[in-house]
Amino acid sequence: MAIDAADTPRTPGPVTTRTIQVTVNGVTHSSTVQNRMLLVSYLRERLRLTGTHIGCDTAHCGACTVLVDGVPVKSCNLLAVQVDGRQVQTVEGLASGGKLHPIQEAFHEEHGLQCGYCTPGMMMTSVALLARNPNPTEDEIRRGISGNLCRCTGYVNIVKAVQHAAAKTQTSVPGGH
Amino acid sequence: MYPPNFEYYAPKTVQEAIGLLDQHQGEAKVLAGGQSLIGMMKLRLAQPAALIDINRIPDLAYIREEDSSLVIGALTRTAELGRSDLVRARYPLLADAAGEIADPTVRNWGTVGGNVSHGDPGNDLPACMMALGAEFRVEGPKGARAVPARQFYQDSFVTVLQPNEVLTQVRIPQAVPGAGGAYSKMERKVGDFATAAVAVQLGLGKSGSIDLAGIGLTNVGPTAIFASAASEFLTGKTGTDADLRRAGDLAADASRPFPDNRGPVEFKKEMVRVWTRRTAARALARARGGK
Amino acid sequence: MAQPETVHGGIGQSILRKEDARFIRGKGNYVDDVDLPGMLFLDLVRSPYAHAKVTSIRKEKALAVPGVLAVITGADLAAAKLAWMPTLMSDTQMVLPTDEVMFQGQEVAGVVATDRYAAADGVAAVEVDYDPLPVIVDPFKALEPGAPVLRTDKGKKDNHIWHWEVGDKAATEKALKESAVVIKERFYIPRIHVSSIETCGCVAQVDAMGKLTVWMTTQAPHAIRTVFALVSGLPENQIRIISPDIGGGFGGKVPVYPGYVIAVVAALTTGQPVKWVEDRTGNLTSDSFARDYHIEAEMGATKDGKLTALRVKTLADHGYTDAAANPSKFPAGLFHIITGSYPFATAFVEVDAAYTNKPPGGIAYRCSFRVTEAAYTIERMVENMAHHLKMDPAEFRLKNFIPPEAFPFNSALGWTYDSGNYAGALKKAMAMIGYDDLRKEQAEKRRKGELMGIGISSFTEIVGAGPAKQFDILGIKMFDSAEVRIHPTGKVLARLGTKSQGQGHETTYAQILAEELGISSDNISIEEGDTDTAPYGLGTYASRSTPTSGAAAAMAARKIRAKAAKIAAQMLEVSPDDVEWKDHKFQVKGVPEKSKTMAEVAFAAYTTNPPEGQESGLEAVDYYNPPNLTFPFGSYICAVDIDKETGQVKVRRFVAVDDCGVIINPTIVDGQIHGGLTMGFAPAMMEEIPYDAEGNNRAGSFLEYLLPTAVETPKWETGKTTTPSPHHPFGAKGVGESATVGAPAAIVNAVLDALEPYGVTNIDIPLSAHKVWKAIHSKDAA
Repeated sequence: MAIDAADTPRTPGPVTTRTIQVTVNGVTHSSTVQNRMLLVSYLRERLRLTGTHIGCDTAHCGACTVLVDGVPVKSCNLLAVQVDGRQVQTVEGLASGGKLHPIQEAFHEEHGLQCGYCTPGMMMTSVALLARNPNPTEDEIRRGISGNLCRCTGYVNIVKAVQHAAAKTQTSVPGGH
Repeated sequence: MYPPNFEYYAPKTVQEAIGLLDQHQGEAKVLAGGQSLIGMMKLRLAQPAALIDINRIPDLAYIREEDSSLVIGALTRTAELGRSDLVRARYPLLADAAGEIADPTVRNWGTVGGNVSHGDPGNDLPACMMALGAEFRVEGPKGARAVPARQFYQDSFVTVLQPNEVLTQVRIPQAVPGAGGAYSKMERKVGDFATAAVAVQLGLGKSGSIDLAGIGLTNVGPTAIFASAASEFLTGKTGTDADLRRAGDLAADASRPFPDNRGPVEFKKEMVRVWTRRTAARALARARGGK
Repeated sequence: MAQPETVHGGIGQSILRKEDARFIRGKGNYVDDVDLPGMLFLDLVRSPYAHAKVTSIRKEKALAVPGVLAVITGADLAAAKLAWMPTLMSDTQMVLPTDEVMFQGQEVAGVVATDRYAAADGVAAVEVDYDPLPVIVDPFKALEPGAPVLRTDKGKKDNHIWHWEVGDKAATEKALKESAVVIKERFYIPRIHVSSIETCGCVAQVDAMGKLTVWMTTQAPHAIRTVFALVSGLPENQIRIISPDIGGGFGGKVPVYPGYVIAVVAALTTGQPVKWVEDRTGNLTSDSFARDYHIEAEMGATKDGKLTALRVKTLADHGYTDAAANPSKFPAGLFHIITGSYPFATAFVEVDAAYTNKPPGGIAYRCSFRVTEAAYTIERMVENMAHHLKMDPAEFRLKNFIPPEAFPFNSALGWTYDSGNYAGALKKAMAMIGYDDLRKEQAEKRRKGELMGIGISSFTEIVGAGPAKQFDILGIKMFDSAEVRIHPTGKVLARLGTKSQGQGHETTYAQILAEELGISSDNISIEEGDTDTAPYGLGTYASRSTPTSGAAAAMAARKIRAKAAKIAAQMLEVSPDDVEWKDHKFQVKGVPEKSKTMAEVAFAAYTTNPPEGQESGLEAVDYYNPPNLTFPFGSYICAVDIDKETGQVKVRRFVAVDDCGVIINPTIVDGQIHGGLTMGFAPAMMEEIPYDAEGNNRAGSFLEYLLPTAVETPKWETGKTTTPSPHHPFGAKGVGESATVGAPAAIVNAVLDALEPYGVTNIDIPLSAHKVWKAIHSKDAA
């Protein structure tokens, strides 16, 4: 990294904000946010949904992964204003009526987490992966989660967790998760 | 980690977007997927005064064949490009590339238009568009113009796109029998920019020899590089091992890589040589009807 | 532990983890989740220069930014004598500079604001003038006469920090001279970074009573509390360190970083809570680097392949100050485990440390205090020797291993290894991978000019620091602790002096206690990390928790059992001599149907008159001073294929056989191995923090600091042997770092084995494609 100390920083202009309507885990919020507010900050600080984590500055680690209109995105690399009118699902929205989502049970049963920091992002990516590909091969799982970094597990049990969730979902009643 | 503030607009039409860009006189940037732009803004390497978010503009995301072309709307997510049955069946070069850009999550939001117009020499699609002989529809205050991909890139982060223009469509010559292409990306890990990546698009004539050849190189120069000598060389050839080797040599000569943690110049040029040959072989096999 | 009746969740069971319940719901409580009323945010201005005089810092523009409340500089701290602080190795480190900056990325000023976006704006608006000074990045050049002196603040005349040596220099010299074969090799193990997915941070708060509470990403909360007390002058009972959920530690969350101190100062001066969370760039450019050892090794053998002597000379690049988190008597950590799994008659090791313009540190990244560097060296040299003698590397090791009957084994460099069965582990690994078939396949491929390699690493680890007579950090002995209390209704609450960062302590300590107390692990709660409540401990790093606090937990439980036995005797109306602990119950000897469970005894402990001379209640504390370290070990075998034209290496198979003594939870141990192997693979293949000649950090973000994804990471295969530790209360050894210690040599040995036709005896890690390609193509005789 080479930072040029002589760069003249932009003096912050008048604070510019926007009012957005975002549905998060099924609840619609009307919020006034700074245009520059990252989606991850909106979720963590404005809505106090701290299950989505920050792990880097360059959109590599995926700890911030949430679903926007069902699609995994890195919430550190999106502005809150970009999800105006959209649906967002975070880890807090996985369980329903007090019952854990199969992916949560699978991560627990397969020891797919250690420190837990990458886990919410991993699970959100996995949920979408299985929705699109209900019976993935190991290599498809590894490719599918390659936007999520883990330092603790070496990925072995994360793969097992996704396979476990796939098997569990297929034996459950159609129309379930 | 946090960008400075900016004004934000979400226009509903291309004309409105152009008007806003024009109004801001070079101080505004188009926000499509933002996967490159927002990253630069977080590190304060880019500090636009305004963002013009074009995601609310309808009919900018599509993949279809029309008028002897494959047309792709600029807002098409790169993940969609990779999943499109049409692209996988008839434009395997693009299907390959779509699976190599960044990582799967970034691909869900990053767009084709963004990847071709951002101007980072590490972006994967520019070399593909060069190989395919694509052209970009660029719309500005004075109307629309078509710019061939091979003439679009001037320097790192500098393209012919003016500050008050929006790239709205990519147009690629329609696939015909005997066409085949491939993209190979040598990278240190998923999510990295290429150590070297090569796009090869070939068209075989009735005799089975190569009528049309386009070779594009990623991240081995200040912009994507159209390897014209290598492309011209292959035109008219049958595609023997010696032909492909020679194409590799010429592509390596055309490359101007910079040394970095991925390796020194000599190594990167050698990788251009090797991967051009290998990618051309895959493109040829596909052109001949294989996978 | 052959009990006919097992207790639920006892030792050896792969029970599911208790702590998962909050993590899978996104309800973990990490430092950045802490939210207090009136909380402010601290962000840091960092130096773009590797070495420069700071000639001025102007705060006005930053203070004019909406939301910015204060800008803190070294001058501000100096007024409170806080501009410098001691390091864990008794050197000194700047909190903020008053004169010079010493590395690119160094903290230069702190900006306090009402929200983190405003703090970032403030950082961009602080104006700093620098006068660049000559930069030293090469530790060899740093030690040359006439090199610019970096630590003039200490009155130093050169850049040499310390010299340390161990072993018999003369005997080793003689043995090498007399050896029929001597090989020599140089290794550079470059800087890497732990890069936990959670970066470092804290929230500092002073309450109305003047008590300072700091939520902190720390692996050693008590040590931090004591250091803070000594440095700040605040009374230690008015300081509370809370280590909440930690998103990965790996040694990177042991040191005291300037950001913590500045946050505390900001909290004290503003009267409001202050949060500091570093961004990834700050993390990669300023804290917890590991390795940076330049090693020269010589090894002797007889002509029929028996190892004779080992001599190692090392230059350690410590950055601008020695802030390594070592036990104080061991500035090079436990590097002298370097004789490894082999009974060298004599050995000599010397290490010199040098200052350079780089961040401070050195002990981190699952190194067990420099054991990664040592194990790498010995296992690379042993493999090189085998190749040199044209012997199969597995056969060579089997010929040389310390045999099982030699334990406890006194190494030439002063360690007493507790137990080991090295041949057992290697043979198991060979069977699991199909070693003979792989060698046959390799011979076939070699005939065709294809590059395939097989590499071995048979490492001995050394963990569990450590016995009081040898081990202390800043003078604090390295015991550890457990406080166990059984409630009237038979439920257990235990607190320990260690601190999990993902290792599963809430489950594994419960399993130890379940086994020792005969109470289901479901009924046992484990707490760590709050210095107000947990007994004093030195924390979790260097794989020490099971050997120290795990032992303390068992010992505390046994103290409880001794007390409970007397209560049971009273309840059973027999003499205490007639009661025995059997099948996890108190039984009357010879009359098993007359028994009491621990839960029944617990109730009685609160509701009946205690036995003569005994108090009511049922609890115990143990501060465990381990009699020795423990010595886990293993054998890893790796098979690779190399693309000749590109230098790309693919790990085809990797078998890891580990022996960590008695295993508490097999699934959790496997998880530690998988993660540890990945943190051995990554430095071998792709991780490095390089510095250019101007001291620019060339990997200050994940664009260049490469962490492997699930695609690059091999599909690990694991196996176990079990050789208990004879001195540990239940025979366990610890395992968290073994795989990171053992894996790199196996991978590098495999690659060099593949490249044998090219006569290459070393390539320094990481084995990037261009290095492998160069090795092939600069000597290609084809």
